[in-house]
Amino acid sequence: MTDTVIWTIAIIAALGLVLSVILFLIAKKFRVEEDPRIDEIEKVMPGANCGGCGFAGCRAFADAAVKSGNPDSQFCPVGGNDVMKKVAAILGVEVKEKAPQVAVVRCNGTCEARPRVNEYDGAQSCRVKAALYSGDTMCPFGCLGCGDCVDACQFGAISMDPATGLPVVDDSKCTGCGACAKACPKHVIELRNKGPRGMRVFVSCINKDKGGIARKACANACIGCMKCTKVCAHDAITVTDNVAYIDFTKCKLCKKCVAECPTGAIHAVNFPILKPKPAAETPAPAEAIKKEVSNE
Amino acid sequence: MSKVTFSIGGVHPADAKIARAHATEVLPLPPTVWISMAQHLGAPATPVVAVGDKVKAGQVIGEPAGFISAFVHSSVSGTVKSIGPRKDIAGNPVNHIEIEVEGDEWAEGIDLSTDIVREIPSDRQFILDRIKANGVVGLGGATFPTHVKLSPPPGKVAECLILNGAECEPYLTSDFRILLERTEEIVIGAAIMRRVLGDCPCVIGIEDNKPEAIAAVREVLASGSYEGISVLPLKKMYPQGGEKQLIDAVMHRQVRSGGLPIDVGAVVQNVATSLAVYEAVQKNKPLVTNVLTVTGDCLDDAHLHNYLFRIGMPLSYIAQYAGGVPEGAAKIISGGPMMGKAIANLDATTVKGSSSLLYLSEKATRRHEAGYCIRCGRCADACPMGLEPFLLNRLYKADDLDGLIAASAQDCIECGCCLYSCPAYIPLLDFVRQAKGRAMGELRARAAAAKAAAEAAKASSSDNDKK
Repeated sequence: MTDTVIWTIAIIAALGLVLSVILFLIAKKFRVEEDPRIDEIEKVMPGANCGGCGFAGCRAFADAAVKSGNPDSQFCPVGGNDVMKKVAAILGVEVKEKAPQVAVVRCNGTCEARPRVNEYDGAQSCRVKAALYSGDTMCPFGCLGCGDCVDACQFGAISMDPATGLPVVDDSKCTGCGACAKACPKHVIELRNKGPRGMRVFVSCINKDKGGIARKACANACIGCMKCTKVCAHDAITVTDNVAYIDFTKCKLCKKCVAECPTGAIHAVNFPILKPKPAAETPAPAEAIKKEVSNE
Repeated sequence: MSKVTFSIGGVHPADAKIARAHATEVLPLPPTVWISMAQHLGAPATPVVAVGDKVKAGQVIGEPAGFISAFVHSSVSGTVKSIGPRKDIAGNPVNHIEIEVEGDEWAEGIDLSTDIVREIPSDRQFILDRIKANGVVGLGGATFPTHVKLSPPPGKVAECLILNGAECEPYLTSDFRILLERTEEIVIGAAIMRRVLGDCPCVIGIEDNKPEAIAAVREVLASGSYEGISVLPLKKMYPQGGEKQLIDAVMHRQVRSGGLPIDVGAVVQNVATSLAVYEAVQKNKPLVTNVLTVTGDCLDDAHLHNYLFRIGMPLSYIAQYAGGVPEGAAKIISGGPMMGKAIANLDATTVKGSSSLLYLSEKATRRHEAGYCIRCGRCADACPMGLEPFLLNRLYKADDLDGLIAASAQDCIECGCCLYSCPAYIPLLDFVRQAKGRAMGELRARAAAAKAAAEAAKASSSDNDKK
């Protein structure tokens, strides 16, 4: 009885020893030479493997950074400048700082503003819906409301607001990886600079129809009236194809356009709510105040 | 009863051809028509008239903007009111020409008589030029320019011309009506296309739920003046009218993945296209009219119609003329109930390929809540292309491009048999269609990359030769 036990242990141990030697030799012979910096960089990466940088994952990003030796053409939107600095330090170079970005939904066609003209009962997927037709409202450009962007977000930063039927981005969770912008078949979501303290001004509409048609489809649509371009002192606003666009690199956040917009298509977010001032100052229109959302 | 049909898959929806006994009526002209510039597969036509121009019916108003594109003609006489985007049946903006109708004057050189011209021109190029100039496109659904299809690439020989009279979609009866009413013209159209293709034999495939049509064609062929043309009754089975399925049924040949019918020596044309070819070649009449069925399960017999319409008529005008949208209609569909598209915008206008205005009740169109796949394999049994829709659905959701290509997502013909047969009501077609788009896009990108690489290699080797 004891013999059997001893023999078993001895055979297993001998077998393990022999195999480990074989494995060791093979590992030595067929070792893949890899730059140790790839591992180092991978360690400082966020590890979300979201693909927001355009690579298949964090390791692919690290591999490409080491190969090029200069990560300037790459950017990890999730880790932001902090991670990029660490990556640059490992590679012994310096990188330019990039402004952090955030996903912005450029459609404010809420249920009241944009009435439904037909009923969609197909598969609940924006891509499927967009392939079939222009959508269940008169606006062929706006949000389809099936939530492909919500499914695409790995960080839980987007949710559908049942009251408006539109997606809402949580600034604090959004990493600016751009997965939602890629998932949206209507290209409603855009990556914009986050702005100081999150303050941003943007046109929340991409309807390219002529003013009258756009207005008929949606009360909140940009009608391409050019009023905002006239009031803008920084040449930040351009109107092409009947829709205004604010260049976030030029915008100085003066908010003059917000007050000027007749349909309330221009949104200003995260601005502190102003205390009512003495009568000498003209108060901002009610519409604009309504759109101001506090971060707190 | 015929036993001839395609070899794999297929479903048996009730044929519901309730409008079959209603003779074709001619629709009166509306006050205004809007003629779409995108009525064919390929690049939309370029408008060649200006606002304020007087046009006659049959006059060219749009010129082809590419190799795969087609002429567009005015279907009415009148004044051009505007040129600009207007929403099509899916609600997407498409360039339209608005024409205010004044009288009914036709352009010169068009034979409007009803006499049948039996003498077929012998010059092949003359026939092709006429087909191209008169804007003929395939009317079976895909609206592929006919002159392109009738010009096989060098090295490929057409062994058989198949005329598609299957009309396998339920409800639709427009092809049936023209087979009955314009039989000889269709046969002459087939004879013309045979001549273009080098006098290959021609088979007219008709499903056996249309015995009157089969008898009518047989009667015309019995006169003996049309050699090489025969009728083949087919067993009723959806999607028999699919190009690849029809080739399988008639010639017992299968088109390989990614191949064209001409690879197996087949050219398939719809019977309505054959009629359009007849009118284009023998009468020099452009494709500005077609037959459309007004039908559906919520219409009574008095409101079923087959109409000869002019292209550009608003669908709402036709609906109004036919007695308005019936009560209980939950969905209005353009095309058949299997492959047709729900109309999102009734103000859209008819195009060359319009085939029906189908009113379906809530009961017939309601989508059930999707359940879970139980791996019964019914979709795979029903798929006429031999695909596994349940697998494609999963691969699409997992975003596995290589898997999709390996599982031949690109071969889907979007017939809807999988969705029709699924006991769990999973919207398979919706996702498989997306999967097909992804796979096709990827294959195209790969082909382009391979081509670019080959060209780069060629350029570098020629550089080396110079050195």
